[in-house]
Amino acid sequence: MIWLTWRQLRGGAAMVSGALVVLAAALALTGPGLAAGYAEGITGCLRDGDCTRFFDRFFDEYQTPFLGVTVIVLVLPAVTGLFWGAPLITHELEAGTHLLVWNQTITRTRWLAVKLGITGLAAMAAAGIASLAVTWWSGPLDRSAEPGFTMMDPLVFGARGIAPVGYAAFAFILGVTVGILVRRTLPAMALTLVVFAAIQIAMPSLVRPHLMPPVRSVVELGPVNIDQFLVPDDGSPRMLLESAVPGQTGAWVLSSRLLDPAGRPIDDGTGEAALPISVASGACARQEGAGSPKGHMETCVAEINRLGYRQAATYHPFERFWAFQWIETGVYALLTLALTGLCLRWVRRRLS
Amino acid sequence: MTPILQSQELGKKYGRRWALRDCTLEIPAGRVVGLVGPNGAGKSTFLKLAAGQLAPTSGGITVLGGRPADGPAQLAKIGFVAQDTPVYPRLTVADHLRLGAGLNPGWDAGLARQRIERLGLDPAQRAGGLSGGQRAQLALTMGLAKRPRLLLLDEPVASLDPLARREFLQGLMEAVVEYELSVVLSSHLLSDLERACDHLIVLTGSRVRVAGEVERLLATHHRLSGPRREPGRLPADQHVITARHADRQSTVIVRADGPILDPSWSVSHLTLEDLVLAYMDRQADQHTDEPARAITLEGRR
Repeated sequence: MIWLTWRQLRGGAAMVSGALVVLAAALALTGPGLAAGYAEGITGCLRDGDCTRFFDRFFDEYQTPFLGVTVIVLVLPAVTGLFWGAPLITHELEAGTHLLVWNQTITRTRWLAVKLGITGLAAMAAAGIASLAVTWWSGPLDRSAEPGFTMMDPLVFGARGIAPVGYAAFAFILGVTVGILVRRTLPAMALTLVVFAAIQIAMPSLVRPHLMPPVRSVVELGPVNIDQFLVPDDGSPRMLLESAVPGQTGAWVLSSRLLDPAGRPIDDGTGEAALPISVASGACARQEGAGSPKGHMETCVAEINRLGYRQAATYHPFERFWAFQWIETGVYALLTLALTGLCLRWVRRRLS
Repeated sequence: MTPILQSQELGKKYGRRWALRDCTLEIPAGRVVGLVGPNGAGKSTFLKLAAGQLAPTSGGITVLGGRPADGPAQLAKIGFVAQDTPVYPRLTVADHLRLGAGLNPGWDAGLARQRIERLGLDPAQRAGGLSGGQRAQLALTMGLAKRPRLLLLDEPVASLDPLARREFLQGLMEAVVEYELSVVLSSHLLSDLERACDHLIVLTGSRVRVAGEVERLLATHHRLSGPRREPGRLPADQHVITARHADRQSTVIVRADGPILDPSWSVSHLTLEDLVLAYMDRQADQHTDEPARAITLEGRR
């Protein structure tokens, strides 16, 4: 049975391993250079005392390959779920070969268990290897990533660590289950893709934020949490908050709002608001020709802080990365086990 | 002799439709049993139930003393070649034999190799590229080489041309003699099975109409023709299967255990085909499900 399963998986396995080898080779060739560039840059910027500029430049330079490899790891579980999971049983049902193999001296339960075990482990291994390689390669970039692209942010989180292994296991068994219910390969593949994509979107947006209670804090405004600050010649200054919290580099910011001195949010949920502060006189008044714009901005922000404007942020700190990885992988493992049980029940009960 | 297959009130329902019902049968060992009936009569359902590919909705079935597909030991005893003789199209002939060897502890590798050689199949050929006849032969080889005691074949010759049909059945008969197999094979055409089988089951409209030894069936069924008369005026041991009445003449097909003594009938023997057609006709005429169990002729002696 092991041989038969391997024989049926061979083609797909060769294709995926080929792609993985190409990916691993590309990462292995460019990885050391990337790490060296990062180390060099860090030494340089530490001497100057400010690494923000270096991080921005470094991350910008590699953003395209960074997103590319991240997307590969995100997509791989869906690919194996679609092309290995969905046809696993439907191919047999469509060709009638289940009647051939079910009459060999092997129980259906064992037949399915071996098929699920080997093919599922192969899918998990593929995702694991891809994630391992990409996590290693993108280490320097993950350390210098802009807000929105840190390891805790949804896009990157699912492409690092052990979570992809859980996704692969789940996508695979989802494909098998949908295949068993739909009984035709192509519709099963389409449905698997739709369901898996929906779950992968629902997980970070609806479930993951609540896996642990998020941290809430109210902090002063500063260069870390201000994205844009415009002081027009007349009217009120406008401020747009960054999804970042001072002192919490790499945190996953769920919400970031601007509070007025009374503690009421004044933005409309987007983190952008006009501040009712005079620009005609006082700290934020435009001083013709005097001082640098940067100095002027700092004075103005200091004045805004003095008046009592604050950022109210809810976030998961970066230290929770591995806790979230384990919890999320556990959730997918449970889903996988539940669907596996369903498939085994089906093969025992619902016959040809 | 203990029966190789026994079923009591066996039934299988798909949704609200009965594919097979009230099937009570005994098949003695060492026979080649033909299962005949039109398409959709329940032949495949019966064979799948016997092979354990399906679970019955009602009643029970015992094959070789066990419940079908009840563990590997039971699976090893029964060979099943499903309709359209499915094989893995991307696997080669040799792969199939390897698969059989790996999955069946009782696999007879010598038998499989010899059969493939004798049939002139190229072991390196993918099964998807085989002709219908070759595919059927490969599937039969798979079924035989696991050395079952009972071989079930569902419409094995349906997709074959007449020559391939003859070769297939010839090969099957040789194997039956050589390995002392019991065989049940189905077809919607009696002519496919007539020369091969010594026991017959006629299945129409999801019920068994008649079952028994071919010889005994032929000996106990007669065509009577004579002057027109009302039905129902026959001796108690003669059961009308079909009756046709013209203006002056009646032709009746009856089952009778004793000899026909009424001199006004001219009695003629039936061919097996006539007999099967009579039972199929009867079902079509009557549109009732009433006589199902009544006419099971036992093959036990």
